[in-house]
Amino acid sequence: MTPVVSSSAPTDARPPLRRRQRRHPLRSALAVGVFVFCVFPVYWMFSTAFKPATDIQTDEPQLVPTSWTLEHFRTAISSDGFWLFWRNSLMLTVSAVLLSLVVALAAAFAVARMRWRGRRAFLLLIFAAQMAPWESLIIPIYIMYRDADLLDRLPGLTLIYFMITLPFTIVVLRNFLATVPEELEEAAQVDGCTRPQAFLRVVFPLLAPGLMATSLFGFITAWNEFAYANFLIIKDQDSRTLPVWLTSFQNTFGTDWGATMAASTLFAIPALLIFLLLQRQVTSGFASGAVKA
Amino acid sequence: MQATGRRPRRATPSATVPETPRSESTPRPDRRPRGSGWWPYLLIAPTVLGAAALLLVPLLRGVLISLQDFQLRELINGGAPFVGLDNYTELLGDSLFWEVVRRTFLFMALNVVLIMVLSTLVALLVERLGRFGRTMVLSGLVLAWGMPVIAATTVFQWMFHSEYGVVNWSLTSLGFDSFDRYPWFANGPAAFAIVVFLVVWQSIPFAAITLYAGLTTVPRELHEAARLDGAGPWQAFRTITYPMLRPIFLLVLCLEVIWTFRAFVQIWVITQGGPGDATTILPVYAVQTALSQQRYDLGSAASMITVLLMSTVLVVYFRQLYRQEAEL
Repeated sequence: MTPVVSSSAPTDARPPLRRRQRRHPLRSALAVGVFVFCVFPVYWMFSTAFKPATDIQTDEPQLVPTSWTLEHFRTAISSDGFWLFWRNSLMLTVSAVLLSLVVALAAAFAVARMRWRGRRAFLLLIFAAQMAPWESLIIPIYIMYRDADLLDRLPGLTLIYFMITLPFTIVVLRNFLATVPEELEEAAQVDGCTRPQAFLRVVFPLLAPGLMATSLFGFITAWNEFAYANFLIIKDQDSRTLPVWLTSFQNTFGTDWGATMAASTLFAIPALLIFLLLQRQVTSGFASGAVKA
Repeated sequence: MQATGRRPRRATPSATVPETPRSESTPRPDRRPRGSGWWPYLLIAPTVLGAAALLLVPLLRGVLISLQDFQLRELINGGAPFVGLDNYTELLGDSLFWEVVRRTFLFMALNVVLIMVLSTLVALLVERLGRFGRTMVLSGLVLAWGMPVIAATTVFQWMFHSEYGVVNWSLTSLGFDSFDRYPWFANGPAAFAIVVFLVVWQSIPFAAITLYAGLTTVPRELHEAARLDGAGPWQAFRTITYPMLRPIFLLVLCLEVIWTFRAFVQIWVITQGGPGDATTILPVYAVQTALSQQRYDLGSAASMITVLLMSTVLVVYFRQLYRQEAEL
């Protein structure tokens, strides 16, 4: 029971075309160029992280490292509070995603399976919320949080991340729900289930892949968020998150670019893994509107 | 499942994917109990509450602050007096602000044009590649897409490092000796160019993949017919590909325009708007004014002007989305 999304991956959608043109040398060169353009910064982060310091601070950077070291990773991991920030980021992200998943599931069900007055208006609200100008709300939210004594508190930040991921989660879950035939639910109800039971026992298991993909994208969005983590956590250094730590890492470690790149690598790996894991969904345009970098 | 194995009629960014398999036009008896009563409202209540508390109220508060005299004293003691449109007048009378607005539009135009042109070319290229090349380029795009903003920003700072940066080394090796130890981030236009480069690099994957997904839905017969009629590649693009792609093209364009403002993060991390104010665009200006100079009122006014600018683009975006999402 794969949801519709995965079937629409364009990668395999078409038979190979224009055999004659395929081995066009210019085209191959361009393809390699685009590939290098995309991958180089990622590659450069990895390779710098594994190079010995003497090979980093040199006027002749080696494109392919000749010797390898884990020293920079040791520096990054043993730096002050690394595990604390890692834990903060993880807890923050997971709680925000779970919260938005539960709330979104309810809303998506109402939108996909029920007819009610105000449904269109609600959908419009969701699409608008998806485009919310978060960068322009930093000042009022900062002031509101200050008044409510929520500054420097992770739960306060959780709420923001919840709201940032919520609209996207609703939209995607609604589309997934629409692919589960209503007849299944009705059959369960005929067999004596109540409506919530029918949902939990029949629809929910079918939604699992969708829930999984959606929450992973939500995870990335929250994991990468910088602006609010930077402006709402000010005094309490122990409540900082990984992205904020990463930007301050450079200040602390100054010229130690090996350690900085090792720290970036540690921070980027979860997101990169998720993207490669969900490549099919990504290339089918599944996450388009919500996850941008 | 009825939808499995079906090719998408169109690829749609943002809200509209995946498509609802059951078309709304086929009349089906409404077997549900007619009035679902208060259930749906209960189910959406948390969402509505969240949106109200964390989006609507902050927005209104922003408007309120922009109409008050709100500085450090008012932040601590409260009781900010209303001053009408004074903040807006002050802002609009400030030549520095207009400089920022001009820079914002320049930044937006550069980004959007580069992103759209390059992404379209990449999408067209991917479509013409064999299986291996296509997989390679798509994987590269996905990898770049997955790179967290902050990580990418850090890497770019390292790549453009004046002493040990790989960019200066390559440029010097290619014979451009003036780039030996060139301090990119100390020079206004150079820092601006790097931010544009970074944003374009991060945005191309989304735009290219979405446009490519759209391209795969253009029927091949049309191209063959055009070729038989003697159309060149440019003509085929202009008369077939572009018109078919137009809706997606517009959606991506709107999104990229709106997302220009998200460059706030990259700019804040790399330059904080500097050197001087060479990379200060509207959101950066607003936060600087508010949090560094404690002029929360002026900062809010600048933010609200930003929101207003964005909303005009949003209206276009929604009209386009509305046309696609017939069932909304």
